[in-house]
Amino acid sequence: MSDLVTEEMMVSMGPQHPSTHGVLRLMLTLDGEIVKEAVPHIGYLHRCFEKHAENLTYPQIIPYTDRLDYMASMNNNLGFCVGVERLMGLEVPQRAEYLRVLVAELNRIASHQISLGSYGLDMGAFTPFLYVFRDREIILDIFEELCGARLTYNYVRIGGVARDASPALLDRIEEFVDYFEPWIDKYNNLFTYNKIFIERTANVGVMSKGMAINYGVTGPNLRGSGFQWDLRRDDPYSIYDRFDFNIPVGNGEFGTVGDSWNRYRVRLWEMEESVKIIRQVLNQIPEGPIMAQMRGAIRPPEGEIYARTETPRGELGFYIVSDGSPKPTRVKVRSPCFTVMSVFRELSRGCMIADLMAILGSFDIVLGEIDR
Amino acid sequence: MVPADIYSKLNAEFGEAILAFEEIPVEPFIKVAPESIVAVSKYLKEEPDLKFDALMCLSGVDSGETLTVVYHLHSTEHRHKIVLKVEVPKDNPYMPTVEGIWMTANWHEREAYDLFGIIFDNHSDLRRILLPDDWVGHPLLKDYKPPEFYHDMPISFEARKE
Repeated sequence: MSDLVTEEMMVSMGPQHPSTHGVLRLMLTLDGEIVKEAVPHIGYLHRCFEKHAENLTYPQIIPYTDRLDYMASMNNNLGFCVGVERLMGLEVPQRAEYLRVLVAELNRIASHQISLGSYGLDMGAFTPFLYVFRDREIILDIFEELCGARLTYNYVRIGGVARDASPALLDRIEEFVDYFEPWIDKYNNLFTYNKIFIERTANVGVMSKGMAINYGVTGPNLRGSGFQWDLRRDDPYSIYDRFDFNIPVGNGEFGTVGDSWNRYRVRLWEMEESVKIIRQVLNQIPEGPIMAQMRGAIRPPEGEIYARTETPRGELGFYIVSDGSPKPTRVKVRSPCFTVMSVFRELSRGCMIADLMAILGSFDIVLGEIDR
Repeated sequence: MVPADIYSKLNAEFGEAILAFEEIPVEPFIKVAPESIVAVSKYLKEEPDLKFDALMCLSGVDSGETLTVVYHLHSTEHRHKIVLKVEVPKDNPYMPTVEGIWMTANWHEREAYDLFGIIFDNHSDLRRILLPDDWVGHPLLKDYKPPEFYHDMPISFEARKE
């Protein structure tokens, strides 16, 4: 039996496939059930963000950043604005900084909820999806009241934020975190410690710490590999250095550190930390203006910057080159999903077809950000 | 270590291969000769007090006369950063790959090839990544003009009107 060789088969998985989280094609070389090679083909959602950015003024680019990672638009807005502000040396009013952290953390929770729900779908569990969507709806309603949009917010602006939050809205956010915090445990009971789910994901797609750093993997995927690294603490931007929160890392509770289960588990711990940050923001938020005083068009001085922020998916970098005009010469997006996708080929070598989806789902990719 | 110290250290080690150190706002950068980039990168990654183990970003830039490749490096151990730049002429855009040092470069170099036409010698898999394989031209060049048709499908605004 051992020298029985089957014929190799090429299968194209996607671009339309329910588990690829968007339009992604995986070119599989199979030996029976075993994947010999899985080559990702991306670019189906390429919308020329970088070319567009060269022909737009800085404030006009912000709505385009919404559409990069549409699961966490607030964090994308913030990343771009932080870059432009650093280039200009602009100081943001205190209340605006607090509001930014508030919306960024709310959006982080919403994004991790999607990740949990869709991972459940990939692994054959439909129920968690319904629960997380119910809870995410509250966050979207809050955002709708705050800025009028539910998905693409254009809320964080250069020099501040677009609108102030009313005291009633802040109360509503507090109500939400009080309601939501106990639900994290219920999610865990429902899904995280489900035996079938653990069997499907533990010890699948193990990524070592060294491999993760070498490939430029960041965010929850890197922390799942046991490396405590979070830009909110390690390269602080905005006012994150004022808050007290932990950086959870994978502990290999059921399998190996760096496997799919750990990458997933880190996101649930992160929701708890986000709740902690939101509570601190609500306690400390001062009164005051929400926009810096600026005159005329936004013209950053000649120069360049690479600004990176921690989005729910990892390190989002904007490399902005300015020649002193109202339009940037070059904007390059360093997308966390793009780099994590590049590790997929090596990580999936030799696994089963069913495990492919366990690995891909645990990365929590958004194709809008990979293809830009 | 601050960028100026890293520059003097590199200068002492490589001499003429390190072309310049320019302090522009907000981040200063070190300019490296294209043929030495692999040796310099290897040194930056392996030297104990530098240890640049992460390539945060690799970007192509069309800087008019030349094409520039920008490397943003970071050390997770020492927590310092540095920016390297390599310039290649537009009519001969060849330079070596750093894929063997940081795997992040693999896809980012493919992207720079796709959008700028910079060719990375010895790259293991230099194909287009975002655009279709049979696309003509490199769109992020400043003088790029999109083709009118792609497989008989109109692309430009003018072509679509007809």
